[in-house]
Amino acid sequence: MIENHKPKIGVYVCHCGSNIAGTVNVDDVRKWAQEKLGPEGVVIARDYKFMCSSLGQELIEKDIKELGLERVVVAACSPHLHEKTFRTAAEKAGLNPYLTELVSIREQVSWVHTDKAIATEKAKSLVSGTVQRIAYNTPLEKQKVPINANTLVVGGGIAGIQAALEIANAGFHVYLVEREPSIGGHMAQFDKTFPTLDCSACILTPRMVEAGTHPNITLMTWSEVTNVSGFVGNFDVRILKKARYVNEDVCTGCGICTEKCPKKVIDTHYEAGLGYRKVVYTPFAQAVPRFPVIDRPNCTFFQKGTCKACEKFCPTNAIDFKQEDEFINITVGNIILATGYDLFDAGRVTNYGYGRLPNVFSSIEFERLSNSAGPTGGEITLRDGKTKPETVGIIHCVGSRDKNFNNYCSSICCMQSLKFAHIVRERTGADVYEFYIDMRTPMKAYDEFYQRVLDEGTLFVRGKVAEVTNAARYPHEKGKLIIHVEDTLVGKQRRIPVDMVILSNGMEPRHDAKQTGQTFGISCSSDGWYIERHPKLDPVSTMTEGIYIAGCATGPKDIPASVAQGAAAAARVLDKILQKEVEMEPIRASVIEENCSGCRICNSMCPFNAIAFIGDLKVSRVNPALCQGCGTCVAACPAGAITGTGFSNEQIFAQIDGLLMTV
Amino acid sequence: MNKYIYYPGCSMEGSARAYAESLSQVAKILDMELATVRDWNCCGATEYLSINLIPAYSLIARNLAIAAGQVNGTNELMAPCSACYLNLEKADYYMAERPALGEKVNEALAAGGLHYKPGSLQIRHLVDVLVNDIGLDVIKSKVVRPLTGLRIAPYLGCMVPRPDYQHRWSDHEYPLELDDLMHVLGAEVIDFPLKTDCCGGHMSQIAPETAYELIRRLVSEADEYQADLMVTVCPMCQMNLDAYQGEANRFFGTKYQMPIVFFTQLMALAFGIDAKSAGFGLELVSAKKALARIGVEAPAPEPASPRRKPDGLPMPPHRRKKYASGREASDEKIAVAE
Repeated sequence: MIENHKPKIGVYVCHCGSNIAGTVNVDDVRKWAQEKLGPEGVVIARDYKFMCSSLGQELIEKDIKELGLERVVVAACSPHLHEKTFRTAAEKAGLNPYLTELVSIREQVSWVHTDKAIATEKAKSLVSGTVQRIAYNTPLEKQKVPINANTLVVGGGIAGIQAALEIANAGFHVYLVEREPSIGGHMAQFDKTFPTLDCSACILTPRMVEAGTHPNITLMTWSEVTNVSGFVGNFDVRILKKARYVNEDVCTGCGICTEKCPKKVIDTHYEAGLGYRKVVYTPFAQAVPRFPVIDRPNCTFFQKGTCKACEKFCPTNAIDFKQEDEFINITVGNIILATGYDLFDAGRVTNYGYGRLPNVFSSIEFERLSNSAGPTGGEITLRDGKTKPETVGIIHCVGSRDKNFNNYCSSICCMQSLKFAHIVRERTGADVYEFYIDMRTPMKAYDEFYQRVLDEGTLFVRGKVAEVTNAARYPHEKGKLIIHVEDTLVGKQRRIPVDMVILSNGMEPRHDAKQTGQTFGISCSSDGWYIERHPKLDPVSTMTEGIYIAGCATGPKDIPASVAQGAAAAARVLDKILQKEVEMEPIRASVIEENCSGCRICNSMCPFNAIAFIGDLKVSRVNPALCQGCGTCVAACPAGAITGTGFSNEQIFAQIDGLLMTV
Repeated sequence: MNKYIYYPGCSMEGSARAYAESLSQVAKILDMELATVRDWNCCGATEYLSINLIPAYSLIARNLAIAAGQVNGTNELMAPCSACYLNLEKADYYMAERPALGEKVNEALAAGGLHYKPGSLQIRHLVDVLVNDIGLDVIKSKVVRPLTGLRIAPYLGCMVPRPDYQHRWSDHEYPLELDDLMHVLGAEVIDFPLKTDCCGGHMSQIAPETAYELIRRLVSEADEYQADLMVTVCPMCQMNLDAYQGEANRFFGTKYQMPIVFFTQLMALAFGIDAKSAGFGLELVSAKKALARIGVEAPAPEPASPRRKPDGLPMPPHRRKKYASGREASDEKIAVAE
């Protein structure tokens, strides 16, 4: 085809305002393409201020119709941004969309270079490469695959609950998987929520109950997703349902087992180490589901073989020590990850003495301390459980905005600290100092709350605390915790003795976020948060089709933002479900069977398990429904027997030739 | 046999003789071979680096170059003194980080026929070597006279765990290596909150009243915890806290008697060495009473020789006499920082 007929190619160079034109001589690139690439088939080259505008698109459409263009090369931004725009425009004019290619001269040229002459040369090279390559592009047809209407939501915090409810209320089935014994997440541990100070449990538990009883939601707590395969519309998911040792079919949630269990352990999870729980337990009174769990490593029966108190007293014989972990396989069309955050370990900031000085508390400890269902019934006391503090220091940015730990702002800590100050003053009348670097109260009614706390008489000291110590230098400091800080408004060092210190520790990605990301095929930023498809315009999608993210899994967020993201992710999933089928990119690998030696190297390399070995023929074959066109097998095949549409050897070599052409 | 190239530093031959003597005992028992850097010279202490960088680094690098030439089965250079350790580490680090500096220093070294390639030595402090190489288990196995009942304030000082270029310490603000080491000797270790605070450094020479306050903080805190004695890993810390404790007492009108000893002295004691060979008796604030609590008889410090009367004619009154001696200033209340 190439020998006897060079296809007619149109080259379009975009200025992108001054984004490209500021660094690349667009006019020069156009002229050069017109003159030097003419022998390669370029029949027209144009430049335009904004190619992506409707006028720019019309320009291309007109040329296709009037000049009979067979290929279109647009030198503009990254294909991530506008490949779809131009392919759609070409399609409208009757050209197969896969005969249009984008050359990134913005992200890969103008934004990363400063020397105009060199940048222009590079832009020409890139255009030349694509012009050479596109001659070998073949028309491709998109495949349509039906979408499974079920959805998997991972994480039962407020973001996950919201997402599950939205989808379930629209009439579609949701599997809500949570690894703890109850849904509710971090919000279930809090006492009050800022800035309205409404009770956290009161607004959360109705949602939990709704999620627990909804006919369209299958709730799977004490469960974890272990494996995901497939693609958008058809994900096969394997879920580990950990043994509860309680038969959920007969358990009524009466709580007699918990009451009779003779062993108490420190509850490091829900009570943040401040309280105790039994070995057979529900994390908190309003837990959903109401079934308890037996904590196997601590259970006397599992360790010593005797006890069985829970079994003896259970009125419905629901205790089942023989229960085993089981795997459940489900198929879903879309997945929402709302896996949340871990609290920064305040003990890592050793100069604040957390874990060493008894009266230094972490933020979550204070939440439990102030919670009326917490270990002290909501009394704010020192670690002895009795003494009321007379002065309290609250330290902001513990582990956040600190290059020793995390560079980012955890966004909720300022408001959380203000809430603490209000609660302390309301319940104990103690003097409260807040030590902040900057106050960040940007959302609705947040700054008003700050003003209110200021009016209540909380004292604010601007400066990063150097250390919290029990080493008194002066008599009035004896027996106190001394907060040593540079007051940057006064320009002096201060030592402020207090009875109690609350550290406002920030948020961190889940410790296993990276591993979870690998399971679902999405990636983390250098900080460890999941990366959105676009941080501004597509904040709940990921680069993997069919996988959405919501809540704190993508970065620190308060409750309203998490709820909004849960709902947004649900809307995206509903959009997909209602389309009933999904178009699959036709970029696929295929095996040239006469060249295949049957070595099976590609079988194990494929990350999507899309290649199977056909025993009768002794060759490997690619399943086009599973292939994602990643190209791993193309590169791995020792016989060169695998070729990828869009990435054939001819295309790659032609592109290299083009790139190396003297410009 | 653990082999190390050993950089003693000047204080080991003078003020910190107790450190040197006890270290040699401890090294013998722990089977450590210490090969002294041949013809070593001053590390520049805390002052020289702030005066003139190139000669200061050249001074230090001479030791590194000689030590690197002595590499024989080990490239680990160990220094017991915190200031020496930090200076050696600093020179090695900055010669690599700033190639221009490294070049200049090597130019200077070339005059003596020497050359140092940064990174060719591992520079370690004695505590780090004992805890991380020899290991607490081995140390524990050598204890024949546990220090049961002795309350110890472990004081590391500022220069060992910071800036810690090679990330050898568990933490920079609150490292627990020395605490753990004292624990395995059987001592009762207090959770000393000022373990990495400043001892005053050379402030005792240039602004004594500043040093007195820093000394007071450390000694009074150890006293508050009812420590019998304070252990240190640095000759300068030991010198400041021991030799200037009396001055600080006079300045503030306090009566602290806190013995300051080197950690190796207690190790030697726990390994069964007698108190005199472990270097006790060389300190100024006597550790005799403290050691008596665990049934160890220690020699009393030698009484200071009476001050010589000034020869010649009397001097006119000093213009800054008020600050020259703490005695007159002792009535003044110190300013509260707040």
